Amino acid sequence: MAPLRLVALNRLALHRAAHPLLILACFGPLVGWIWAGSQGGLGANPAETLLKGSGLWTLRLLCLTLAITPLRVWAGLSALARWRRTLGLATFGYATLHFLAYAWLDMGFDPAAVVRDLSKRPFALVGFAAFVGLIPLAATSWNGAIRRLGARRWQALHRLVYAIAGLGLLHFIWMRAAKHRADEVWPYALTLALLAVARLLHRQRTNSRPAALTARTP
Amino acid sequence: MPLIRRSAADTGFDHPWPSEITPAAVYARRRDWLRQAGAAGAALVLPALPALAGGQAASSARPGKLAALPAQRSGVAGAVVMERPTAYADVTGYNNFYEFGTDKSDPARYGARLKPRPWTVQVDGEVLKPATFDLDTLLKLAPMEERTYRMRCVEGWSMVIPWLGWSLSALLRRVEPTGNAKYVEFTSLADPQQMPGVASRVLDWPYTEGLRLDEAMHPLTLLAFGLYGEVLPNQNGAPLRLVLPWKYGFKGAKSLVRIRLVARPPQTSWMRSAPGEYGFFANVNPTVDHPRWSQATERRIGEDGLFARKRPTLMFNGYEAQVGQLYAGLDLQKNF
Repeated sequence: MAPLRLVALNRLALHRAAHPLLILACFGPLVGWIWAGSQGGLGANPAETLLKGSGLWTLRLLCLTLAITPLRVWAGLSALARWRRTLGLATFGYATLHFLAYAWLDMGFDPAAVVRDLSKRPFALVGFAAFVGLIPLAATSWNGAIRRLGARRWQALHRLVYAIAGLGLLHFIWMRAAKHRADEVWPYALTLALLAVARLLHRQRTNSRPAALTARTP
Repeated sequence: MPLIRRSAADTGFDHPWPSEITPAAVYARRRDWLRQAGAAGAALVLPALPALAGGQAASSARPGKLAALPAQRSGVAGAVVMERPTAYADVTGYNNFYEFGTDKSDPARYGARLKPRPWTVQVDGEVLKPATFDLDTLLKLAPMEERTYRMRCVEGWSMVIPWLGWSLSALLRRVEPTGNAKYVEFTSLADPQQMPGVASRVLDWPYTEGLRLDEAMHPLTLLAFGLYGEVLPNQNGAPLRLVLPWKYGFKGAKSLVRIRLVARPPQTSWMRSAPGEYGFFANVNPTVDHPRWSQATERRIGEDGLFARKRPTLMFNGYEAQVGQLYAGLDLQKNF
C-alpha cells in the first residue's frame, strides 16, 4: 500500500465523525431487530431469528475486534487502536443479548431451567463459558482499570479473549455439526485461525527484540 | 405470591369435575369473539384497511394460489384437531426441505424449479402386485379427505396444518404386501436440475425414510396431496408426501418417487447422517431430549408470543390415544 493512501486512511479513521459512526453501526443489528419486531418482520419464528442473529453478530464482532491489532501492526493503520475497545464492548453486548435470548425466550427466565439445560448440554455450556469469560474483560475495559491493574497484568488478562474465541467457535461448530453445515462455519473458523496466527507471529517478533525496548522491569 | 399454585407435575390438564370442563371446540374458539370484535372495530376505525381487519379471521380459507383439491372432512379418529390452523404464509414460507437448501426460507425461494407434473411413484419390493402409479391415478385412488394435524418439528416448533389426502394403507393394500413385508421405505426425488440443495452434501441423497409396516398401515398415516384446500405447494413436498402427525416432521418424506416394502428396517437419511441424534421411530416424546436441546416444550408458530412461555409438548404429539398401542412394550428411551 502506498504510504500516501495509508495516511489518508488513518486520517479517515481519526475523523471526528468516525468513532461515533462506528458506535452507531454497532447498534445497527439491534435497532434492525427492534424495528422488524415492531413490524412483525422477524419471520415465522421470531425467537429463533433473535437467538441465531445475536449469536452470529457476537462472532462477527469478535472477529472484527481481534482484527484491529493485526491491521494496526501490519497495515500500519495505527488510528484503529481506539476502535478496539468499542468493538470489544459491542461483542460483549451481543453476547449478552444472545444469552438473554436463550435464557428468556427459550428457558422462560427460569434459572433452574437454565442450570438444568447447561448441565445436560455441553455445547450450551461451552457457549456459556465463553460468555462468562467475556465479563471480566468488559469489566476492565475502562482506562482506570488498565491503570489499576498495570498494563502487563491487564494485557495478560485480556489475552483470555483468544481462549474465549476458541470456545465461541466450538459452540457454533457443535451447534451446526450434525447438519454438516461447514459452509456456515468455515469463514469464522478461518478468520479466527488467521488472527490467532497473526497474534503468535507478532508475539514472536516482539519477543525477539531486546527486552529493554519492549518492557520495563517493574 | 401466585394465586394459583402449580406443582412441577401439573401440566394444566387435571380437573376434578369433568362436567365443568369447557368442550374443546368451544375452548378453541374462545378468542373468536375478540377477534371478530376487533375486526369489526378495525373495520369501523380503519375503513381504508379492510385487508388488515380480515387477515386473521380467514386463516383457514382457501388461499387461492393453486389448483383446488376438493375433499371431504375425514372421519378417521383423531384426524381433525380442534386448534387454530397456522397461517398459510407460515406453513408455506417456513419449513425444512433440504433438497432446496438448509435455510427455512429456501424451499419457498427455490421451490418453483420443481415440476410436480408429470409424476410417477414406483411401489414395489415385498408385494404381489408391484406397480408404477401416475399422479392422476393416485389422486383418484381413494376419496380425498381433509385432516387437520398438529405438526411438531424436531427443532422445537410446531404448527397446525389442514392437509388433504388419504390413508397410505389404501395404496399399500392395492399392491398386496407379502408375508415378508415388515417395513416400508420411502424415497424422495433428488434431481439437482430441479433441486439446488441436492448439490450440497448436507445429507446422503436421495432422502429416504422408513416405517414399520403397522405404522404405515395406521389410518392416521397420511399420503398428502394438498393443504388448505389446494394442491401441495412445491415447497411443502409436491405433488405427494407423507404426513405422520405423531412423529417429528422430518419423518414425513416429501415429493415421493418410490415406496418399497422390505423385510428389514430401512436406513433413513437422518440415521446415516447423525445416528446419535435421530432414531428410526422419531416419535414425538417430551421425555426424550434431543442431545442439543430439550423436547419437553415447543413454540407454536404464529401463535405463541415472543416472551410467552413455550407450550408443553404432548406424548406422541397428542395422538397417544390413537397410536400408543403400536409401541406397547417398546422401550421408548432406547428406541427414540
